[in-house]
Amino acid sequence: MRTWLRQHREALGRALGRLAAQRAATLLNALVIGVALSLPAGGYVLLADLQGVARRGSLEPQISVFLKRDAERGALEKRLRADPRIQALRFVSRDEALAELRVAEGLADIVDTLEQNPLPDAFVVRGADADPAALGALAGVLRALPGVAHVQVDSAWAERLAALAHTGRLALGALAVVLATGLVAVTFNTIRLQILTQREVIEVSRLLGATDAFIRRPLLYLGLLQGMAGGVLALAILAAGLAVLNQGVSELAKAYGSSFRLAFLSGPDAGALILFAGFLGWFGSSLSVSKYLR
Amino acid sequence: MISFSAVSKRYPGGLEALRGVSFAVEPGELVFVTGPSGAGKSTLLKLVPAIERPTSGSVVVNGQNVGALKRTAVPYLRRNLGLVFQDHKLLYDRTVFDNVMLPLSFGTLAPRDAARRARAALDKVGLLARERANPIQLSGGEQQRLAIARAVVNRPTVLVADEPTANLDDESARRIADILLSFNQVGVTLLVATHDLALVARHGRRVLQLEAGRLAAA
Repeated sequence: MRTWLRQHREALGRALGRLAAQRAATLLNALVIGVALSLPAGGYVLLADLQGVARRGSLEPQISVFLKRDAERGALEKRLRADPRIQALRFVSRDEALAELRVAEGLADIVDTLEQNPLPDAFVVRGADADPAALGALAGVLRALPGVAHVQVDSAWAERLAALAHTGRLALGALAVVLATGLVAVTFNTIRLQILTQREVIEVSRLLGATDAFIRRPLLYLGLLQGMAGGVLALAILAAGLAVLNQGVSELAKAYGSSFRLAFLSGPDAGALILFAGFLGWFGSSLSVSKYLR
Repeated sequence: MISFSAVSKRYPGGLEALRGVSFAVEPGELVFVTGPSGAGKSTLLKLVPAIERPTSGSVVVNGQNVGALKRTAVPYLRRNLGLVFQDHKLLYDRTVFDNVMLPLSFGTLAPRDAARRARAALDKVGLLARERANPIQLSGGEQQRLAIARAVVNRPTVLVADEPTANLDDESARRIADILLSFNQVGVTLLVATHDLALVARHGRRVLQLEAGRLAAA
């Protein structure tokens, strides 16, 4: 066991030595892997944030019921409160709505130019059943009530966002598979070149009694380390990209009264990315070793 | 120790390098293999560490039928043999010391013990003072001595040397021969292929003479 561990340690040392001896090539290879991995990783971050927004929007699905000017508010409110499909109800008068509009950034001047309040009174309704189909049915019922001018299901945008995120996730999966294949190919070729340049050492080692495992081990470590280095670079590229993007995103979010920012990968996700990159490197190396070290 | 029974070796393309060769080498024996170029000397020596496999017949080394050995078992066979090649097969990207350490790195010896043993082997062939040199800085004779040090560092029971004195001046060749003989004197079995008839005559040991792949005299 001690010998086995020592041989692994030495193989790791030899792999690190080879990487250090070819710094420029190592850096370029890791950069290729890093750039390629940062694309799906960046997409993952964006989608995760998008899904978070969609989830928050769809967790409290609301229906806005806008009233006609001549609507009997009291009768309508009584009828709505009696409906078991409605969990909560809040009345927003046209004056409150205008006041809310006035505090929204950039709209105060426009509101001041209005001669009269154009906004209608409204009820904000929270359905007992958050299912989109149930909400749709409820909206249909509300639309038919006397005194109702317009009904708007506020969760619709969140559903569209969720659908968009789902499509994005599929596209991201396809992109990740294509890029992962590319990374395996990059490592495969790097290890093939290593085998060619180390051909003499490999041949002599075999003649003197080296096992296949002994010869393969440093090459597998080389692939693993190169992949992991690419993973670390991918995280660095992602962090830099998010820092730049967040400047614009925070400005945009502030305009909507939000402090939303694109979040970096969590610790476990970042670790998983490095391990996945290492696995791809090891896999590419393993394929190359199997083909060229027969 | 080494036994060939009706061994034939035919290479792809039809060249028949050995034809029905039979002989045995006893433990501690020194045997020279001679013959003109193309007689099959190198092929015969390559069969011992399973660098080549016999087409027919059997090669038994240290009780193991080499022809029937699984690929995974070959490295362990080779670790018990010392191999000296005509072209040295030294690695020029590392020092003299590291060349000798190479066979020990596959084994179970602790690094400190391995280093001690490598230095002892270098001392034995008179190269301890050059341990930090690159093999390219050594003369032909020194390179061959280094190859011998690497071959014996695992303390093999059998040493197989293919033309160890080829392309060397008389003094270097004599020194190589003396080193090989010193190993034989402590019980190492030696199988040496050579063109050098003076070397053979000087030591007066058993000679296997090959001609066109057949054993002409044993």
